Amino acid sequence: MFRWITISLLTLLVVGVAVFAYKEHQDKNAILIQAENSYQRAFHELTSDVDTLHDKIGATLAMNTRKQLSPQMAEIWRITSEASSDVGQLPLTLLPFNKTEEFLFDIGDFAYNTAIRDLDKEPLSEEEIAGLEELYKQSGDIKNELRKVQNMVLKDNLRWMDVELALATNDETGDNTIINGFKTVEKSMDGFQQTNMETGISSRPDEKDLSHLKGEKINKDKAIQIAQEWFGEVEPSEFTITDSGKGADIPTVTASFHKDKRNGYMDMSKQGGYPLTIMVARDVEETKISLNEASNKAKEYVDKLELKDMELIESSQYDNVGVFRYVYTEDDIRYYPSTVQVKVALDNGEMLGLDALQYYSRPNESINQEPSLSEEEAKEMINPNLEVQENYLAVIENDAQELVLCYEFLTTKDDETYRIFINADNGEEEKVETLNTSEEKFTTDIS
Amino acid sequence: MLMYIVLYLYKTTSINKRWVRGVNEMARKKTVMFALLFTLLILPVPEMNHSGKIHAFTNQVIQQGAVGQDVIELQARLKHLGFYSKDVDGVFGWSTYWAVRNFQYEFGMEIDGLVGPEMKNKLVKASKGYEQYLPSGDGQTNKQGQAQGGGGGGQQSTPSEPTAVNVPGGYSQNDIKLMANAVYGEARGEPYEGQVAVAAVILNRLDSATFPNTISGVIFEPRAFTAVADGQIWLTPNDTAEKAVIDAINGWDPSGNATYYFNPNTATSGWIWSRPQIKQIGKHIFCK
Repeated sequence: MFRWITISLLTLLVVGVAVFAYKEHQDKNAILIQAENSYQRAFHELTSDVDTLHDKIGATLAMNTRKQLSPQMAEIWRITSEASSDVGQLPLTLLPFNKTEEFLFDIGDFAYNTAIRDLDKEPLSEEEIAGLEELYKQSGDIKNELRKVQNMVLKDNLRWMDVELALATNDETGDNTIINGFKTVEKSMDGFQQTNMETGISSRPDEKDLSHLKGEKINKDKAIQIAQEWFGEVEPSEFTITDSGKGADIPTVTASFHKDKRNGYMDMSKQGGYPLTIMVARDVEETKISLNEASNKAKEYVDKLELKDMELIESSQYDNVGVFRYVYTEDDIRYYPSTVQVKVALDNGEMLGLDALQYYSRPNESINQEPSLSEEEAKEMINPNLEVQENYLAVIENDAQELVLCYEFLTTKDDETYRIFINADNGEEEKVETLNTSEEKFTTDIS
Repeated sequence: MLMYIVLYLYKTTSINKRWVRGVNEMARKKTVMFALLFTLLILPVPEMNHSGKIHAFTNQVIQQGAVGQDVIELQARLKHLGFYSKDVDGVFGWSTYWAVRNFQYEFGMEIDGLVGPEMKNKLVKASKGYEQYLPSGDGQTNKQGQAQGGGGGGQQSTPSEPTAVNVPGGYSQNDIKLMANAVYGEARGEPYEGQVAVAAVILNRLDSATFPNTISGVIFEPRAFTAVADGQIWLTPNDTAEKAVIDAINGWDPSGNATYYFNPNTATSGWIWSRPQIKQIGKHIFCK
């Protein structure tokens, strides 16, 4: 009797477990299929986008009318942005696929700049057409390679989940067809980078450069000494000093210390020991000093950098810290690329952070300081619905990454404030920004 | 005002009188009289305290970017006078700045956008009865408000809290939250600078040609962050992570313009080792 009860109970249990396991298995499969499907969609969309891209570039080359060219370029720009978004949805982050992504970026950039340009006044140059032809060739190569991969995927029912798995299990040498396919695509891009640079199609943002800084290379003792000047009561032995590695844009020395309640971190340039980034982490007590007092403190720290002619242009309070942005001003001209930021605790006015990297990495290149337009002339370039409140002369970096002298106008329309930069030489609107620095709290529970 | 209160009290007590029986009439009348006199003495004092203490500027000079009760009062007063038309939210933004400047212009003061003692005096004198513009819920003691302090500081009771916050560089609170989630999931055991560096990497990827152009795109890119893959991104982040994100958005970048980082002890990809390394912060190596 007892035996039978046990047997039936166990049987029930086994059946129960089997049913449960089957259900789990089904659920898991459903999720896997869904994930696989979204990968597949992104991949197939990518191939079709590259396909269209190739066609469109080809059509542009055959075009003669300027009227057609601009919309076509806008279309190319749209497709490249979609293609990059597709790439972003595929598990390729740890695969060398950079060059292809950069290629898409380059085409997009070029297409955008051409689309917004007045082609009647400034038609495509010989060089640019040569560059476009080059792009056509490259996109053709990518298209073919991707088509091959796609064909394999469809023929052999390859799954992107296997790619994930192969990458996750560190199977670098593993023979995954999709991975190999993408490596081939990437390889086909080799050598193109150079030609793109030459034809002026690729323009990567220039890296930070501090080589203009004067001074000797600093050693460890000097680094500790500089760090002590900024952090105060920290023993030399408490600092950890490290040099930056080979990949750094600029050689830096890092000094850091970790105490119970106060941590500090400081980057300084190897050349001359200029402080670039300083951060102090500690718990900040309740607010005791006002933002205004804090800004005076902040100024003291900027003065400590021995930077002259720094003007406060922005201050904001975040809970119990204040962040202040200073900009270099010479002859009443603001140099926006040369900024220094200071973060001050509002409990005792101690500096919690300083960022002067931007300032030091922008040598104050000589720029024509005489505007050819008068202030009144520049004002006429502004939308008449706007009311001008303040204006300055300012140097900014425009979309083409050139320094330009501008009139800066702070204007209002209804309740909105806009910052508008009008080129002081040709009256073009270089930049229009909506100034919106605060946002409503959506829940009162955020603390 | 007082007369009404006295009358009211008298009325209520006389109604009570009818209800209560068997109480000595004389003694009752005496008590009432005494109570009335007493209220006369006491009542005005707390009333003045009310308007005097709770809504008054502290001594600070208020400048653009400030947050707190002083700003709420400033905005309410300017709104009462018609200089300011937006919501009274407690954040000294651009609209408040222009309102202050216009006030200074109209009242013949030096136009500097700073709210100092002179401006406060003139403002207080000019804006009697501004209370209607204070945000609702005013006058209640708010525990959270006390904990947060705010720009005013030093007040016993907190009238009301700012209903908005400063957000850096055009990012929304939700962007910041999402990034804080990622930073917390990826680097919660790291020193503060390590957390700022991770946040900076996310921002550097936004600018890079080889990564998506939105914060969510960068964070949710498959295989980009392990915290996303294993679900740790959905842990609730602490304040430190959020502060690190705000610092990174404000421009601090201890990573040295890195777009990748990895933990050398757990890195599964050989490729990542081939990237040019910039520096190590905590357990993470940052690279290009």
